[in-house]
Amino acid sequence: MRKVLLEVEGLKQYFNVGRKDEVKAVDDITFHIYEGETFGLVGESGSGKSTTGRTVIRLNHPTGGKVVFDGKDVMSLKSKKEMKNFRRDVQMIFQDPYASLNPRMKVRDIIAEGIDVNGLAKTETERNDRVNELLKTVGLNPNHGTRYPHEFSGGQRQRIGIARALAVDPKFIICDEPISALDVSIQAQVVNLLQDLQKEHQLTYLFIAHDLSMVKHISDRIGVMHHGKLLEVGSSDDIYYHGVHPYTESLLSAIPLPDPDYERTRKRIKYVDDSTDTRPRKMQEIAEGHYVYATDEEKVIYQEKLQQKKNK
Amino acid sequence: MMKKILEVKDLKISFETYAGKVQAIRNVDFDLHQGETLAIVGESGSGKSVTTRSIMGLLANNAIVESGEILFNGSDILKKSEKEMQKIRGKEIAMIFQDPMTSLDPTMTIGKQVAESLIKHNKISKKEGLAQALELLKLVGIPNAEKRLNNYPHQFSGGQRQRIVIAIALICYPHILIADEPTTALDVTIQAQILELLKEIQEKMNSSIIFITHDLGVVANVADRVAVMYAGKIVEIGTAEEIFYNPQHPYTWGLLGSMPTLEGTSDRLYAIPGTPPDLLEPPLGDAFYARNEFALKIDAEEQPPFFEVSSTHKAATWLLAPQAPKVTPPEEIQIRWAKFKEKQQSRA
Repeated sequence: MRKVLLEVEGLKQYFNVGRKDEVKAVDDITFHIYEGETFGLVGESGSGKSTTGRTVIRLNHPTGGKVVFDGKDVMSLKSKKEMKNFRRDVQMIFQDPYASLNPRMKVRDIIAEGIDVNGLAKTETERNDRVNELLKTVGLNPNHGTRYPHEFSGGQRQRIGIARALAVDPKFIICDEPISALDVSIQAQVVNLLQDLQKEHQLTYLFIAHDLSMVKHISDRIGVMHHGKLLEVGSSDDIYYHGVHPYTESLLSAIPLPDPDYERTRKRIKYVDDSTDTRPRKMQEIAEGHYVYATDEEKVIYQEKLQQKKNK
Repeated sequence: MMKKILEVKDLKISFETYAGKVQAIRNVDFDLHQGETLAIVGESGSGKSVTTRSIMGLLANNAIVESGEILFNGSDILKKSEKEMQKIRGKEIAMIFQDPMTSLDPTMTIGKQVAESLIKHNKISKKEGLAQALELLKLVGIPNAEKRLNNYPHQFSGGQRQRIVIAIALICYPHILIADEPTTALDVTIQAQILELLKEIQEKMNSSIIFITHDLGVVANVADRVAVMYAGKIVEIGTAEEIFYNPQHPYTWGLLGSMPTLEGTSDRLYAIPGTPPDLLEPPLGDAFYARNEFALKIDAEEQPPFFEVSSTHKAATWLLAPQAPKVTPPEEIQIRWAKFKEKQQSRA
């Protein structure tokens, strides 16, 4: 039995609660992440995928639901010390490598901030040695530690962000669109680096992105989000080849691939969200490890659909 | 053969900066035919945007056109005065900018913004301009266009704003439409809609499109022909089929290999090592030399000329020289080559 590292149950994150402009950014989502795997979260802008990541690491206070990390309830952490320990275990890599690094700090100090806060190095030399080691790990020159962020390219800055996340030996890293701002050839470099680091340090990733083909490549399992709801969860092959939720199908049918023949025949499936249909739905397992957000009647329909797809 | 509507010949553009002269475009040559879509792909800094800005006459003040000409219907755009350019820009050649959030004026209603260039160019009344703007907004799929003519950009979603930007570019029925990463800021489902829209409009107007992007998936969807740019040069150009199924330049191989494919079984992506060269001092030989695992000795010393692969396909790599050793490209490329052979055989 594989160990579950993160469990999210019925998580709700509303903004402007009770006001006219209340937003249900994340609305009753349930999923879990196994230790050592990469869980991809995909969806369009506004689907709530980034909010989910931010709530899990407690940058937001959730409206409802439970987040359990490594057996501990994240929402009940109260003291400063508990929070500090939690955020040592859980780190984040942000989307925009231009905005997420303090322009007034030297790269060395940016990376060492977590080391300093947690008191992980006893002496100045130990601290700098650690930073140099980290810079090497992410493929940067240790001599670059004394430079400022603006002296680096986008791909290099993202490597700095990765080094900063690694500095405190985390178990779990939330990667919030870490490659969206990078050029194609640099994207591949960063994705390969993330995969290497995962193997070396036994890391678990929550990988948030809108680029489905990249998510499929890096993830073991994928969750599809739309309008704050998690609609389908399964192994990346389940979602890719046997995705049954109409929204998953629509999202898949919209990805352009570098293949003109495929593009000529690709048919886009349109998804219409019926907001009048408010029948109660929950995550239902339609096959082992393959969940769909559905009513009981829909569950049966989806199961038949899945069977048809598998028979093809 | 289709009519050539635009010819870019031996274009060379530099920028004067404090650090020195940046050679952004280094001898770029290409034609654009009537009714076709030419995609220009490359990384940031490869010169794709500078190329199109020079066609629009929108280069920054510190830009120096060192040599070359851009012939539009036979006359050189680079020699035109700003006043003459203003007659062409927006009317004959129009541009769709990348970021719909910043390319619209937040203080002006969208009806006015769409009608603006029509009123200027065709000297028609405001009322008539707005009427035509309405027609176009309907065409690009803005729901309830009558009511929304007086709305401001912030009242629209990202996808709708990009549709408005497209409407602005199309209002004078331009011969050439330059689309600079028109879908990069959008979600995939919205992207798909916008690409369909552009194709529809192109069919209706028979305009030519230069499509700039770094997303090869989008290129495969829209392009008739593809030019691959690297470090200020075109390194490979051909029909979409030739570039995707019979690529010859190692940089093109790298680009195609670094994108995951749906059938992809390999755990690792093929990543081009390193970063593009500094164009303050471009390398003596092939600019891709330092990142090229298939580099030959001569690449370090001499820039490769174009070698013809077919009448429509050429690539600037010494690997195509008759005396070059035969190399085995990455697996992903071999699969593509096999597909190309199959296609040729089935045609023969």
